[in-house]
Amino acid sequence: MSTPFYVSPQQAMADRAEYARKGIARGRSLVVLQYADGIVFVGENPSRALHKFSEIYDRIGFAAAGKYNEYENLRIGGVRYADLRGYTYDRDDVTARGLANVYAQTLGTIFSSQAEKPYEVELVVAEVGDSADGDQIYRLPHDGSIVDEHGSVAVGGNAEQISGYLDQRHRDGMTLAEALKLAVQALSRDTNGSEREIPAERLEVAVLDRTRPQKRKFKRIVGARLSRLLDSVPGEVSPEDGDADGDADE
Amino acid sequence: MEANTRSTGRLPAAFLTPGSSSFMDFLGEHQPEMLPGNRQLPPVQGVIEAPHGTTIVAVTFPGGVVLAGDRRATMGNMIAQRDIEKVFPADEYSAVGIAGTAGLAVEMVKLFQLELEHFEKVEGAQLSLEGKANRLSTMIRSNLGMAMQGLAVVPLFAGYDVDRGRGRIFSYDVTGGRSEEQNFATTGSGSIFARGAMKKLYREDLTEEQATTLVVQALYDAADDDSATGGPDVARRIYPIITVITEDGFRRLSEDEGSELARAVLERRLEHPDGPRAALL
Repeated sequence: MSTPFYVSPQQAMADRAEYARKGIARGRSLVVLQYADGIVFVGENPSRALHKFSEIYDRIGFAAAGKYNEYENLRIGGVRYADLRGYTYDRDDVTARGLANVYAQTLGTIFSSQAEKPYEVELVVAEVGDSADGDQIYRLPHDGSIVDEHGSVAVGGNAEQISGYLDQRHRDGMTLAEALKLAVQALSRDTNGSEREIPAERLEVAVLDRTRPQKRKFKRIVGARLSRLLDSVPGEVSPEDGDADGDADE
Repeated sequence: MEANTRSTGRLPAAFLTPGSSSFMDFLGEHQPEMLPGNRQLPPVQGVIEAPHGTTIVAVTFPGGVVLAGDRRATMGNMIAQRDIEKVFPADEYSAVGIAGTAGLAVEMVKLFQLELEHFEKVEGAQLSLEGKANRLSTMIRSNLGMAMQGLAVVPLFAGYDVDRGRGRIFSYDVTGGRSEEQNFATTGSGSIFARGAMKKLYREDLTEEQATTLVVQALYDAADDDSATGGPDVARRIYPIITVITEDGFRRLSEDEGSELARAVLERRLEHPDGPRAALL
């Protein structure tokens, strides 16, 4: 019997993190943005049936990049968690913060357990409030940490570059059409800085719209409404102060 | 009774195990004690006294279906509540009205709503109207033990069938037996009187407005002859709950709309206490 090699904990964690990051980077990135009436989810997704964005509960939405079977599993776990919690207590007692904590614990335990391979996923849990101040967006990387985000967030392989681009241009109180346009522009930029066209039928778009009269605020935007929104803002959404050519590579 | 976490804060294995899209199945496996049907009832003598809800009526019209209920809950010969709500949206395209033991009925509706919503979220698609009706059947069946002790729940389920493009009504018995009703249906203690009224007033070409008036007429007649059914209470401004489900989804008539309909019917009854007359032949 051979003696196992010693691997330092630092090295083991670094290897696992690299494994997870590489897995996530294979998929397309997606973005989540606040706009005047809520939160919009935008991503490139050629599939009509296998969603990246879904409803978890009344005001809570879910977005995921990475390996489909793993985030689908987490999504269903989240729906079960939220529905059970709402059934046990009250619908108001289901919060994005609670859900994000459970996801963080779950991802964190899997990441540091030697018996399991780390999940190759990065999640966003968002809750729309009664006003923009009440909106909550949490980003959950593969290792189980939680990042409380404001304004805009990108996850996936190309996330850093895209968030840089968004940070410069996103402002509070954008209309849905403006936010959507900005999101598409951010997603169309490749790693090398060149742009490509993403046709409307390859886009998956959903919103948490606080103005919806129903209790459930999540809604997918598809078909004619999506094309109309995309066409309604001509040109590029430019940053508020200078730097119009938007060097997103930094 | 915690919804999540046992010790670690991590989602328990049951949450991440692939399985059925049904919330009730999940609950049955994970926390069976929370399912109403699994509740153990101590042996009791005679009938358990609990508030009862009474009359629910439904009628289809071209383009949709109307479901309505009176507002009275009774316990024996006492009025337990004057403004109880017995008609609820089940989801975007269906509604359920409940007669029977009020406490259990409300709990059943809550679980039924959750069951439909859970399926929709997990699968990304709605159940068929038939599927929803069957699900309700299962729930009533699981209540049979309590129904045998006098705690029965007898719902009326109505919805817009998006595949067939029309409104449909399903009625149930205490054993969960389900039957689709043509044109109109009633349930609860005042149902025989409401049914008589609907039978005489129903026509196949009703407009939405006529259909909502028809249910108020039927509820009025039920309240007229059944002491457990409450009529429109003008003094307290308590009117029947009327819901309409069409291609555009579920809509509950506002208090103003409800009061207007009820007052119009009341007004006519001052002249003709027995209501509108159908032709003899």
